[in-house]
Amino acid sequence: MAKKYIDVAAHFDTNGQIIPIIFWWDNGKCYRIDRVTEIRRAASLKAGGTGIRYTCRILGKNRYLYYDDYARKWFVEINENF
Amino acid sequence: MERTILHCDCNNFYASVECLYHPELRGIPVAVAGDSQLRHGIVLAKNYEAKKCGVKTGNPLWLARQLCPNIVFVRPHFDLYMNFSKMCREIYSQYSDRVEPYGLDECWIDVTGSTWLFGSGAAIANSIREKIKSELGITISVGVSFNKVFSKLGSDYKKPDATTIIPFNDFRKIVWPLPVSSLLFVGRATASLLERKCIDTIGKLAQTDRRYVKDWLGKCGETLWLYANGYDTSPVAAIGEQPVIKSIGNSTTMPRDLINYDEMKITLMVLSESVAARLRQHNLQCETVQISIRGTDLSWIERQEKLAAPCCDSTTIYLKAYELLKKHHQNGKPVRSLGVRACNLSLRRFDQMSFIPSVQKSRSHEAVEEVLDNLRSRFGNKIVQRGIMLTDAALSALDPQTNYHNLVLSTVHSQ
Ligand SMILES: [Mg+2]
Repeated sequence: MAKKYIDVAAHFDTNGQIIPIIFWWDNGKCYRIDRVTEIRRAASLKAGGTGIRYTCRILGKNRYLYYDDYARKWFVEINENF
Repeated sequence: MERTILHCDCNNFYASVECLYHPELRGIPVAVAGDSQLRHGIVLAKNYEAKKCGVKTGNPLWLARQLCPNIVFVRPHFDLYMNFSKMCREIYSQYSDRVEPYGLDECWIDVTGSTWLFGSGAAIANSIREKIKSELGITISVGVSFNKVFSKLGSDYKKPDATTIIPFNDFRKIVWPLPVSSLLFVGRATASLLERKCIDTIGKLAQTDRRYVKDWLGKCGETLWLYANGYDTSPVAAIGEQPVIKSIGNSTTMPRDLINYDEMKITLMVLSESVAARLRQHNLQCETVQISIRGTDLSWIERQEKLAAPCCDSTTIYLKAYELLKKHHQNGKPVRSLGVRACNLSLRRFDQMSFIPSVQKSRSHEAVEEVLDNLRSRFGNKIVQRGIMLTDAALSALDPQTNYHNLVLSTVHSQ
């Protein structure tokens, strides 16, 4: 497992809450996040680091998106040979 | 009423953070090395795998490599550690408003009033441990007891990722057999003096006549005797009462040896500006200014003096530093390196309005310098400079802002 930084478009609401809407993959393809079901701080032992972890519903599957609020970057955990 | 006090200690703090960010390093011996020039560096922190080989904090790197040939040295990331320290404290403060940091990686938490909400001291300790592990990816050891001294002993008792309870009615059984050197504030000198008196455990210290201990060690000895008997009643400070950082300093070795005061003034100004900017960055003010002077003959002195009132502006710090230099250094004697340090720190927001002219003056300096901070953060350090900097390009070119080393090392030393 490794860490992969991704481009994200997010909604910043008036309470200061940040909700990701779309993210982009290397191949230029973009994916829509249908729903965020949980937001909490969590460590990612697989990718290495900590951040605000969003449990996202994407194409019918659950996927974690992390916002590293210290480096101010978004990342996901991927398989090394992905 | 019996208090419930937790002491939380991050296990191998620097090394754990590095291993979290570098999954490939987990399970192999790792040391955080203090100097990027590997020849002169020392071990600042190490993980358990390195510890098993006998590597100790403070070891020179060549020795660490000798003890543990497959050790991996990584560079420190102090900003990151400070951020983790802050996140830990944020988690602790979800359980109580009395959270007192002790260095970067340790905290006392008084949860006496929170047990109604969150359960027993042990339950709170375990819940904090789980939270730190799942949210931050590092582990802590927690001691639970009825005073600060024993809770600290408890967090040392079992590592890593463990809770140790030292209850009031049972503390003699757990604490008294421990070596006297494990008691808070018993340094090497004190421990060896006590050992000469055949006092090698905390229990023996507790059972010695209080007056003897006072005779040998003075007031300090009496305090230790009280600690050993479980009579420590010191409170846990409320959040924000005291800063985590004990002092902020910068020192530099100049591009050439300095002979006269005019040249040293430039260096002192560069250092004072950097120290003041960092004070403001952490919302701190200082009450004491300290300078250090190293001569070309490697002589070294350190002198300090109190200010009229706490401040965080470079002009006040610089004027005091220059005053100290003139007082303690003979003009014409060459100087190799200079240092300026701000000590006796407190948080700025507890400040009182003052009618003393010199204090009002430093307030207005602070206001100006905050504008400068803002400009410099947007356009770079060179955007606004003092006139004195233009008189010598080589000396003023020094940019100590990036030098975090002293800051964190001094924090480590203050533990
Ligand atoms: Mg520690």
